[in-house]
Amino acid sequence: MADAPQLPDDAETRARWGNFAWTPENAVKAQEIMGRYPAGRQLSCSIPYLDLAQRQVGAETNTQGWLPIPVIEFVAREIGVPYIRIFEVATFYTMFNLVPVGRYHVQVCGTTPCMLRGSDDVMAACKARGLKKGHTTEDGLFTLTEVECMGNCSSAPMVQINDDNFEDLDYDRTLVILDALARGESPKTGTQEPGRHTVEPLGEPTNLAAMETGNHDYRGEW
Amino acid sequence: MPKLTVDGIEVEVPAGATVLQACEAAGKEIPRFCYHERLSIAGNCRMCLVEVKPGPPKPQASCALPAADNQEIRTDSPMVKAAREGVMEFLLINHPLDCPICDQGGECDLQDQSVAYGRGHSRYTENKRAVTEKYMGPIIKTIMTRCIQCTRCVRFGEEVAGVEDIGAIYRGENMQITTYLEKAFKSELSGNAVDLCPVGALTHKPVAFEYRSWELKKNLSIDVMDAVGTNIRLDSRGRQVMRVLPRINEDVNEEWAHDKTRYHVDALVRRRLDKPYVRKDGKLVEASWDEAFDAIAVAAKKAGSSVAAIAGDLLDCETMYAAKALVKALGSDLLEGRQTGLAYDVSNLGSVAFNTTIAGIEDADAILLVGSNLRFEAPLINTRVRKAIKKGAKVFAIGEETDLTYKVEWLGNDLSILGKLPDRAAEAIDAAKKPVLIVGPGALKAGQGATLAMASAFQRAATETEGAWNGFNVVHTAAARMGGLMLGYAQKGGIADIVAAAPKLTFFLGADEVNFEGFKDSFKVYVGHHGDQGAHHADVILPGATYAEKPGTYVNLEGRVQRADRAVFAPGDAREDWTILRALSDRLGHTLPFDSFEQLRAEMANEVPALGREGLAGYDFSPPKLAATASGPVGYAVADFYLTNAICRASPTMQRCSAELIHGEDFAEAAE
Repeated sequence: MADAPQLPDDAETRARWGNFAWTPENAVKAQEIMGRYPAGRQLSCSIPYLDLAQRQVGAETNTQGWLPIPVIEFVAREIGVPYIRIFEVATFYTMFNLVPVGRYHVQVCGTTPCMLRGSDDVMAACKARGLKKGHTTEDGLFTLTEVECMGNCSSAPMVQINDDNFEDLDYDRTLVILDALARGESPKTGTQEPGRHTVEPLGEPTNLAAMETGNHDYRGEW
Repeated sequence: MPKLTVDGIEVEVPAGATVLQACEAAGKEIPRFCYHERLSIAGNCRMCLVEVKPGPPKPQASCALPAADNQEIRTDSPMVKAAREGVMEFLLINHPLDCPICDQGGECDLQDQSVAYGRGHSRYTENKRAVTEKYMGPIIKTIMTRCIQCTRCVRFGEEVAGVEDIGAIYRGENMQITTYLEKAFKSELSGNAVDLCPVGALTHKPVAFEYRSWELKKNLSIDVMDAVGTNIRLDSRGRQVMRVLPRINEDVNEEWAHDKTRYHVDALVRRRLDKPYVRKDGKLVEASWDEAFDAIAVAAKKAGSSVAAIAGDLLDCETMYAAKALVKALGSDLLEGRQTGLAYDVSNLGSVAFNTTIAGIEDADAILLVGSNLRFEAPLINTRVRKAIKKGAKVFAIGEETDLTYKVEWLGNDLSILGKLPDRAAEAIDAAKKPVLIVGPGALKAGQGATLAMASAFQRAATETEGAWNGFNVVHTAAARMGGLMLGYAQKGGIADIVAAAPKLTFFLGADEVNFEGFKDSFKVYVGHHGDQGAHHADVILPGATYAEKPGTYVNLEGRVQRADRAVFAPGDAREDWTILRALSDRLGHTLPFDSFEQLRAEMANEVPALGREGLAGYDFSPPKLAATASGPVGYAVADFYLTNAICRASPTMQRCSAELIHGEDFAEAAE
């Protein structure tokens, strides 16, 4: 419970975000999203709407974006459901930030495969650049979060920074990426292993190397 | 109609029934926390696991599994026992074992089921989860660490109350039940969420730490806070009613009760009139019964037959009958119960009753509300309307727009609309098989004729499969209203007729809503239980009993005659009302012909036979011919739901509810 985010001060966020409304472009997008679902199923829009709203807040604040309470209420009004229904969704998914984050939201995977492949080094690299778990750096550039499996186990360890994944990391590679981001560059996304393209095996295949011809029935041996 | 066996017992259940219901039909008890008959199925507590063949070789949640032909269910196998023990052990991992200080202790589902189905000890040695308390308003006290996340309260808010304030936020181990931003749960039915809670996470705030459930003596009674006639149980300890719980009556209240029904009881020991008072030199002073009776006798001698009786909203039929007999003996027939000045035509009781019956509302497919804020006039009828909407009913309303907890098409706030309904509403009503017209007290005032003129549009002749349908309904707000009308507590012109007759002696039987200006020259005798308006204006106060302190007959707005029992005795010198009237009649020299309550009841049944039988009185419906034109806006009868009668107004809990939920005062910071 102690980890649960402390929602920011009500009066202040209401003053800042109380007049939140879609930008013209986002209004068009919202219209399109609403059109995807049949009448009576408007609640299905809640996740795409919250995402859209978070991105709009991000664009306005030049961060990855977060969801102030008035914005959540705006989304609920747009969909036409009680506030609590959207609040439940926003609090359930960790991708929705309930507190402000920095320009880059560094989400380090710390689940077993990444940990075995060296996510501790990635964490150490983040720490070396002044990132602290659950906090935003003072320049407002980075927010560090430890997350559970992001499904990149075959190119572990990895981080997700905003919408991009950076895989096959180690201490130095992480530093390179963080420094590049800090300079405002866009480092190469995906695997950082030279010569690797996606998640194909490194070197020769170690199993299923040859086609099996026979059809061995193991069941009797169990 | 699937046929299946449960532990070898063959049962046949209706199509669509669940395995859990099939097990119950076979007489097997299935432990459960999240499943509730009146809520949607969640299937998240996993306590109802049973073994099902054919199916996967693992236990299955019976509450969410449809019963099917040829299923073999086992509820007594080792697998089921192990599953229940496992689920219970998991549930108790994060549950504090604070039963000794928990208000739910003794009536806790978790407690009972862990005794019956648990392992007796836990293998868990880590720290338990702790959750901060959530503010949920003046009624619900929360100890959220106890919550097992069955989500019954969430589903209740969404499905029954229609006030979606409660939800489950965050996820996994961090999941918490809370109201939106910890604001009050703004429902008039919020107390039911406490009853639904299977553990001690939600408890009754007004009576926190005041009793243990096993100390209470239970008596069956009928609620008098509104005209629905909610069946209740009064739980008392010693001479004090500690709490009110609803009883199940599918025809009336299902198993709900609104907050006024539940939490007014703290007023039964506050502001009570427990001694007779006589006004001397403009001041009310304590007196003995004899002095009080003497004062009345003097006034009665002067008054002769110029006597009247005004019945209050909370009265039982017996009191009204005794008063009627007394007034009659004194030579008058000036009786009135409609204190606020309503003067609708009562020549035919069917045309002022709730004819579809409360349960019948569920079948309605088009509903027109006229001047009725059902949510506050009869909250438990409002829940039925919600149910009808779920089945596809359309609701139209004439009146000031307000939040009824469901979607309403507002036609405007003008009674002249009655004569010329917009096409959409008119077509919906014409096309409906079971249309319903609900006339609120606001519309009775000016629009009785206009609504009665429309009654035929809401009637359907009997068909081969269905009986005749009469969709004309009137909502009253006073528990005593229908009984009073049956006993003749109505003048043609309402209370104005009484004022015009200028009685020299007037009995106010718990009547506090009267405009006492009109009775300046009358000698006012107040027979009642709370020091409110009536007592304030009285010349003599005779302390009576509340509904909890006397047995009685009540007639609800459908005309359903119901009987209540005495739960406790009246405080101090206060007496049951009929005994006061009987003793007074003796002193006035017109001794009433009954010496016991049974005799009184028999006399009453003699005069009005319907009052002698429990159940629907069955009024015939032959509307009187009245002027069918009406115009102008309609108002709602209930201005402040929590403060509608003398008992509520004396209740600190109801005052707090009114201040916080109706008038928006902020108490959130003050709470612990």
